[in-house]
Amino acid sequence: MFEYYLSLFIKAVFVENMALAFFLGMCTFIAISKKIETALGLGIAVIVVLVITVPVNNVIYHYLLADGALAWAGLPEVDLSFLGYLSYIGVIAAIVQILEMFLDKYVPALYNALGVFLPLITVNCAILGASLFMVNRDYDFGESLVYGIGSGVGWAIAIVMLAGIREKMKYSDVPEGLRGLGITFITVGLMSLGFMSFSGISL
Amino acid sequence: MSNVKEILFDPVFNNNPIGLQILGICSALAVTTQMSVALVMCIALTFVCAFSNLFISLIRNQIPSSIRIIVQMAIIASLVIVVDQILGAVAYETSKQLTVFVGLIITNCIVMGRAEAFAMQNPPVISFVDGVGNGLGYSIVLMVVATIRELFGSGSLFGFEVLTLVNNGGWYNPMGLMLLAPSAFFIIGLLIWALRSCKTEQIEEAEYEIGGHTALSRA
Repeated sequence: MFEYYLSLFIKAVFVENMALAFFLGMCTFIAISKKIETALGLGIAVIVVLVITVPVNNVIYHYLLADGALAWAGLPEVDLSFLGYLSYIGVIAAIVQILEMFLDKYVPALYNALGVFLPLITVNCAILGASLFMVNRDYDFGESLVYGIGSGVGWAIAIVMLAGIREKMKYSDVPEGLRGLGITFITVGLMSLGFMSFSGISL
Repeated sequence: MSNVKEILFDPVFNNNPIGLQILGICSALAVTTQMSVALVMCIALTFVCAFSNLFISLIRNQIPSSIRIIVQMAIIASLVIVVDQILGAVAYETSKQLTVFVGLIITNCIVMGRAEAFAMQNPPVISFVDGVGNGLGYSIVLMVVATIRELFGSGSLFGFEVLTLVNNGGWYNPMGLMLLAPSAFFIIGLLIWALRSCKTEQIEEAEYEIGGHTALSRA
């Protein structure tokens, strides 16, 4: 059992890396990767939010939305799965808001460190994407928890690595048209190529 | 009338949402291995972007500014549900290939960005046109990337074989890399380079000026 979860984790971090294999969360990935520190803060925020939202959405899907899920309420024929998108995005927005208030009150140091990134996370495709993949692949609660952690860690690793490269790269003489955005895309492409070497790994 | 034309075509050529503003690349890269899939995605996004702009603009004076993001999200998510249901009914195979990426239109920054930046300040008809324009701007980049990837990756366009593959007794040995993730990044990076070589005003400022005494800066 433990091995199965470990394998799922490794797969989520390396083989199916959110940013480099599925292109999720690209907008923030490119925009907020100029400094290692901010990239690390954003990475941690993404991990925290993913760890909470994926299992919560899993519970909501299995007990409210899936075909026949409302059997416990005496409504075995109701299929609300078409409400999926609306519920997931609502849950994500609400949890980010609650997390923000909670951190502000009880862990001000972390709140200040995360700063503007928390509200930004609501519109990060990686968060919604993880929930949708979870539904798509029909994970149970335990799997969804592991998948949430794994995909968050994978995304965080990728953005910190990119920030490290970009910090060095600003001293290099890049062709004018390629400066900034263009070279960043090429770099991400090379990183993605590197991460492909993990494909096929299973424990 | 010229104003409408400007709003429609400005995002396609001069102010392209992907090329210049770096919005909505999340899905732009993932669905471009086949042209037919990319085309469905373009139509879906243009539809959502246009109608979300229209509806948000219609009720823009009623939305309290403190909860406007939630209202915009709800409208966009409902439109995406409509698109998803239609795709499931009409083009089931394609919707299976798109997997989660139809759902990710909700968090596509182009849709949110136009709703927030344009539809909240402008009357409905103009907002609708702006949504269509931005959808087209997104589509044109997506279709260019998809054309390159499908042509070189599988030797076909829209599923019709253009370059006869070695497997089928032809001469073209497909570039497997084109169908994998990294190629999408390279193509977008090179497209941006090409775009900025033509429109030099889009070149970014260097963050660090290389000193005059180094040989590199004179080269």
